[in-house]
Formats: sequence, C-alpha cells, structure tokens
Amino acid sequence: MGIFGILAVLLVWQLIAGSGLVDKLFLPSPEAVVKAGSDQYARGILIKDLVASVGRVGAGFALSALVSLPIGIAMGCSRVICQLLEPLIGLIRYMPAPAFIPLLIIYFGLGEEPKVLLIFIGTVFFNTLMIMDAVKFVPSELRETALTLGGKGFQIVTQVVAPYIAPQVIDAYRINMASAWNLVIVAELVAANEGLGKRISLAQRFLRTDEIFVGLIVIGLIGLAIDLGFRLLMRRACAWAN
Amino acid sequence: MHLSISGVSKSFGDGSRAKLVLDDINFELDSGEFVALVGSSGSGKSTVMRLIAGLERPSSGTITVDGNPVRGPGSDRGMVFQKYSLYPWLSAADNVAFGMRLQGRSRSEVRERTGYFLEVVGLQDAANRLPRELSGGMQQRVAIARALAADPKVLLLDEPFGALDLQIRESMQEFLFLLWERTGLTALLITHDIEEALLLAQRVHIMAPRPGRIVRTVEGELDRSNLSHLRVSTPFLELREELAQQLRSLDGTLV
Repeated sequence: MGIFGILAVLLVWQLIAGSGLVDKLFLPSPEAVVKAGSDQYARGILIKDLVASVGRVGAGFALSALVSLPIGIAMGCSRVICQLLEPLIGLIRYMPAPAFIPLLIIYFGLGEEPKVLLIFIGTVFFNTLMIMDAVKFVPSELRETALTLGGKGFQIVTQVVAPYIAPQVIDAYRINMASAWNLVIVAELVAANEGLGKRISLAQRFLRTDEIFVGLIVIGLIGLAIDLGFRLLMRRACAWAN
Repeated sequence: MHLSISGVSKSFGDGSRAKLVLDDINFELDSGEFVALVGSSGSGKSTVMRLIAGLERPSSGTITVDGNPVRGPGSDRGMVFQKYSLYPWLSAADNVAFGMRLQGRSRSEVRERTGYFLEVVGLQDAANRLPRELSGGMQQRVAIARALAADPKVLLLDEPFGALDLQIRESMQEFLFLLWERTGLTALLITHDIEEALLLAQRVHIMAPRPGRIVRTVEGELDRSNLSHLRVSTPFLELREELAQQLRSLDGTLV
C-alpha cells in the first residue's frame, strides 16, 4: 500500500510542476531532480557526500551504542548507579544537542571530531535510558531462576539480562538512529567541506532547488534503508521475540 | 540431605512500619521426603520458600542444609516458579541445559543429561521448540527438568501448577508424583490447594495468615497406589474437608 502513497505524491508533483503554475525555481520537475542527481553521481560528489555523512553517523552512533550499552545495563541492574546517574542524564538529555555545536567547534575546530561528537552527545543519553528501562523490565523470575541454578552475578548479566533485552536494544538503536541523521545534517549545515547537508546548503546559495531535492530524497532513502536494516537484524537475531 | 528451618521469622520494612510476615517457623526435611506447605494467600508460604532458596534473608532464626547455614541462592536448592521462568530465547533443550552450563559442566555431560531429563519429563520430541510453542503444562515440565538437571539436593516447587487448567493440573500432579517415586527426589511443595498437598506429600504443614505461622502438621498415611482413586476415597475426602474448614476458619477470624 505504501508504494501507492509514494506514487500518488510523485504524480501530483509531476502534474503541478508540468502545469507551469509554480515557478521552476521553487518546484523543479521530477525529471530535473533525477537529472541533477545523476549529474552529481557522474561527477562523483554524490558518493563522496554520501560516504562522508554515513561515515560520521556510523562513527558517532557506533561510539554512542558502545558506551550506552554497559552504562544502561549497569543503571538497570544497580539501584545505586541508577540513582547516581539518572538525574544527571535526565538533565543533559533535555539540552538540545545542536546547542553544543559552538562549544564543540571551540574545543575541536572544524574537523571530523565535532561532528562525530555531536552525534554521540545527541544519542548516547537516549540510548542509555532506553537500555536502562529495558533492563528494569527483565522479569525477576528469570534472574532468580538463574541464581537458584548456580548462576553468579556477572553470568546473570551475560546469560539472562543481555539476551532478554537484545530486541529492545536493537529497537532503541533503530529509533535513535533517526536523531543521528538529523544531527549530521545540522552539523554539516554549520561547517563542513562535504556531506549531504553541506551539499544542500551550497545548493541554497546558488538557488539550485533541484539539488536540494536530491539531497532530501537521498537522506530519506538512506534513513529508510537503515531502519529496514535494523528491522531485519531484529527478525534474524531475535526470532523468539516476534 | 537434611534441611532444617528453625525459629525463622521474617518482617518486611523497618521500625514502626515493620510488618511481621512469618512468625517462628520450624520444620525439617530429609532426603527422599515430599513435604507440602499449604495456606491461603498472605500466609507467607512463598516467603518461606524464598528464604530457603536464599533469595531473601530471615529476620531471625536459621536455615541449614546439611548443617551449613544458607547464605544465598545456590544450585543445591533448585526452584520451580509458578510461571514465566523459562528463557524465551532458548529451546526446551537449551533451557534444560542452562543451569548445567552455568555450572561449567563439560559439553558431553550437558548433552547427555539434557537428553536424559527431557526424557524423564516426556518431552524428548519437543527438544528444539521454543517455550512459546509449548503448552503451559509442557513449560512447567521443562522448568522441572531444568531444575533437576542442575542436580539439587532439594527441589522447591512454588505453586508450580497454579497457573494451569484443572485437567492439566491433575495430570501434572500425577506426573510429579510418579517422578518423585521414580527418581527419589526430595521436594518441598508450596500450594494453596489442599487436595494437591494431600495427594502428593507425606507430610503437610498448614499455615495461617497474618502473621504467617504453621498451625498444624498432618502426616498423610494414605494409600497412594492409585492417585485418581485416592482423590475420591472417603478418608481422603474427609481429611480434605476437615483441613479446608480449618483454613476457612483461620481466614474467617480476620475478615
């Protein structure tokens, strides 16, 4: 069904653009967008931008995923650690990540570090809290059964808690990946040499709406692909939870 | 094996808000015995079991296994919960193997014992199925096999059939009784069902609520050669009715 929705939008777009009612400058035709896209591809910049943006998201989010997993599990398992960290994380979480950009630029300059760190800051707290919540909902019978079977502290974490929360962790990553994509575009709009966000802001300067459309559509498609990837991973790795 | 519970009390909360849930519980359990604790809800019977399992600490009194005080949970006291205790991501066989793997037994031993205990509970054909693909009764049989495979000295059963339909519950009671006869396991059963307790256990402790305490102990000298006959035999029904009245009167004084 979803495909019909997309086709309908494309058709309306084509009709409006073809009717000449709207200035080409504001609404390029689908053909013009496809042409701008294939031009960018032929000149190699589309792939270069893609690699740059995906690389930043990948690095920032991988770091966030790696850090949030042990902290989230520790907070979920230990009341003390939770009481220590939850107010702090709860506070920082409400500071909009883009507000950190000026600081990050002062600290790290205009290279890759501030962009990767922005994605890290913008996702790590959400990931951590969602993982903590998942751990808190592990049924106590499952932990206690392991204890009465001779399991010891760390075994409970690796053999009971980790497998039980795996589906929720994958889902948390999938949901927070969307923020990572928002943030990389914001970071590139502010300062970057290449990247999909950078291309959009350059296109704005030269009034190339067709190139802006290319950027938006490519970002949307990559986001969709990543989302589907996580869903596939969930189906494969956590068949028991479906 | 000798399990001894002596002078055990337990209260929850501190200071003036402390609530006494168990008051001076005493009983013993020896190898090969099947003992039941019966009481209505609020009688603290599950708390007794959690104390023995080491999941909670008594406020006073001592619990010992072969003379060693219980300091925490351990594989010498296997436990079967009422429900939701199978690992949903593991097959029936992997659930049975779970405890043995935690204990670090060799792979060949784990494989052999898993096969054996699945057969003991009659589920060798369901070895590769996930818990959600098993009925409630089958799930509890896997849980019992898992507990037995870890080689406990005593099996603690906390209302193991409480969540099952009546017919399935009756067949599970027969299954557990035959298992006890065949394997010579030592078991402590918690239940609110007097019939279940009298059918299965040689000794039944009746518990009263608020605070939880043992008010009567019945040595069931009944002919257990045929459980379905026993269920409808006159001495059994009379004893059952007498205990049911006693339980009702214990509850009635407080309502």
